[in-house]
Amino acid sequence: MGTIWFCLVAIMIAMYVLLDGFDLGAGAIHLLIAKTDQERRQILASVGPVWDGNEVWLLAAGGVLYFAFPALYASGFSGFYLPLMMVLWLLILRGASIEFRNHIKSAVWDPFWDFLFCASSILLAVFYGAALANVVRGVPLDASGYFFEPLWTNFRLGEVTGILDWYTILVGVLALLVLVLHGALWVQLKTNGAVNERAHKLAGHVWWGVVALTAIVTAVTFEVQPQVKENFITWPFGVVLPLLAAAGLAGVAFELRKRAERKAFLASCLYLVGMLTSVVFGVYPMVLPARNPMFSLTVEGAKAGAYGLKVGLIWWIVGMILAAGYFTYVYRSFAGKVEVESDSNGHGH
Amino acid sequence: MNEALTADRLHFAFTITFHYIFPQLTMGLALLLVYLKTKALRTGDEHYNRAARFWARIFGINFALGVVTGIPMEFQFGTNWAAFSKTAGGVIGQTLAMEGVFSFFLESSFLGLFLFGEKKLGRVGHWWAAFLVWLGSWLSGFLIVATDAWMQHPVGYRLGANGEIELASFWGLILNKWALWQYAHTMLGAVQTGCFVMAAVGAFYLLTSRHESYGRTFVKAGVLVGVVAAVLSLFPTGDSQGKLVTENQPVTLAAMEGLFETQQGAPLAVLGQPDVQNRRLDNPLVVPQMLSFLTYKNWSANVRGLDSFPQSEWPDQIPLLYYSYHVMVGLGTIFIAVMVVAVFLYWRGKLFSSKWMLWILMISVPLPYIANTAGWMTAELGRQPWLIYGMMRTSQGFSPRVASGNVWFTLIGFMGMYTVLAMLWLFLIYREIETGPGPDDHDSRQEARISIAAD
Repeated sequence: MGTIWFCLVAIMIAMYVLLDGFDLGAGAIHLLIAKTDQERRQILASVGPVWDGNEVWLLAAGGVLYFAFPALYASGFSGFYLPLMMVLWLLILRGASIEFRNHIKSAVWDPFWDFLFCASSILLAVFYGAALANVVRGVPLDASGYFFEPLWTNFRLGEVTGILDWYTILVGVLALLVLVLHGALWVQLKTNGAVNERAHKLAGHVWWGVVALTAIVTAVTFEVQPQVKENFITWPFGVVLPLLAAAGLAGVAFELRKRAERKAFLASCLYLVGMLTSVVFGVYPMVLPARNPMFSLTVEGAKAGAYGLKVGLIWWIVGMILAAGYFTYVYRSFAGKVEVESDSNGHGH
Repeated sequence: MNEALTADRLHFAFTITFHYIFPQLTMGLALLLVYLKTKALRTGDEHYNRAARFWARIFGINFALGVVTGIPMEFQFGTNWAAFSKTAGGVIGQTLAMEGVFSFFLESSFLGLFLFGEKKLGRVGHWWAAFLVWLGSWLSGFLIVATDAWMQHPVGYRLGANGEIELASFWGLILNKWALWQYAHTMLGAVQTGCFVMAAVGAFYLLTSRHESYGRTFVKAGVLVGVVAAVLSLFPTGDSQGKLVTENQPVTLAAMEGLFETQQGAPLAVLGQPDVQNRRLDNPLVVPQMLSFLTYKNWSANVRGLDSFPQSEWPDQIPLLYYSYHVMVGLGTIFIAVMVVAVFLYWRGKLFSSKWMLWILMISVPLPYIANTAGWMTAELGRQPWLIYGMMRTSQGFSPRVASGNVWFTLIGFMGMYTVLAMLWLFLIYREIETGPGPDDHDSRQEARISIAAD
């Protein structure tokens, strides 16, 4: 039952990365590829109706993590206190910038929110990457089951680690590039004209960076977290997962060349799923590895009571079927390229 | 008190108080939006659709702020209250996770369609979008209240091998009688905020002679729904909540009422300042024997005062609890009076021309916010010193490794950020009210009808 919930939480986090990933990516390239007010409104319109729903996956995943693995939630969230609070601030600023920008048309109002939207999206992408890297690298858990990490110590992978060290920063940069690629492919899919053209070009360039960093990060991860190698040796079929990621990455390049916009975006989704599942597979059965392996939190050690998990499975399935229904409906009614009026009449809701 | 504990409590209190400004309005407005859309559907009058669109814009701003200030609430259980989460996560994680899975997905999906999809959805479809937004927000309210109710009155659990609390009965948790009454009372409070805000904007339009047909619609909707909510807040929901407190948290009742001495025929303190050190109520203005009657329906019943309980069981902020409770009850009483008089004037056909009543409705707008906040403070301060009533003390629940310096750092950060958000909120809402619901064609059409009739 613990392993089932481990997979379900992983699925929800993957959904969050796939969905909010593209609107984060779109935000990160907002200032770069949209120059005029009309172009910027194109980007905002491509994420406006869905970003809130996408972000709900984070909340829902957080809630389910809390309910299924209370010890992990307690230990992880208090240990990552400072970066999590900063993520919250960035989410607040980003939500405000998307929602408030179009209320007023002014030479000082729009650019302010545009900048905030872009900056908060970039920082969030880096933070998420660093957060994932912290989990993979392991945290200074001790016998009490708790830890507290400062933002940085000496940037090395010693006993006393900080949130930021060379490994987590490296993964943070990879996450930014990956989401920029994902976001550019989404923007390409949803827009016309100059923005579409720039998004296409940008995706082509960033792809090389993603390939290079993916290779480097994969190689060092085997050194940083020995469990990963062990798992791939114990269950060799697991190699399918990184192969999926590689196929996704190849697919992106292939479909980009053919200008198959939808397929290119889906290939990027495949890459993300492949990468995330590889990580999850690599650390299992740990849910939060410790620097000292003795104190690692495992699925068995962190899971909630059996009855609660059983009941939860029933409502989780019902809830997910409903959610899938809503999302299909919303994305269907939002299909196709976004249309933005060329003058400022499009302002206001 | 432990320094980190104080900082953690202030952190939660500040962020939840600010957050609840928004949901109390959106949950109340969601119901009123369904009312306006139903009117539009049944009468076919575009006036109600325009009115609904106006309130949908205000709803949208408040909803966005509710979402962004709500995310930190869910995170804080882990960041600041890790020991509590580790112990009780198996139970309260259920309701919090269900909120995400059942109401957030519903709300966020249909709010987008409600705000932007009116043309696409058609008349009936748009009514359904409004209905589902209402359903989602009220479901969300229930799951949060059920979480709090479990902390007030833990049921349906068993203790696990390592002292952690496990769920033993799902329906016990969901159908906790404390949750049902507290939910009804909380929702009625939210409806009153919605009604007072809607009536206040309507009164403002009537007093300034702008958008007058909408002004009448808003005032009418606000007072007709508001009077029902105000009365039901007192009875049966407030009364039943009081009984639950009397039965299950007698020391809380004594502290709320400022009753230091156990007595038969206990008086109800209307005013007075609790002096905890000397264990008495200064400058008391009391209704003799009333408390005994209200709690036990018997004028001479024995009511236990604070002296019946060891001081270690007393809530740790007695004056604040006492004032919160009195502010809530006092304002609730005023709301009933205001709404009943307004409905009487409406019935006599004089409401829209009674300037004094419109003034009262307009300037009352902050009061329901204060009353709702005071109500929550009564519930949460009243539960002290317990985090889970009778099971886990608040002093056992905070994150052991997060130093007070880090908590103050983020608390100050939230304070700064929320100050800016509050300014933006007031500014944007002011602009929407200034812009108004749009052209007043309802008036001209009615005038046309009147002139035809006169011909």
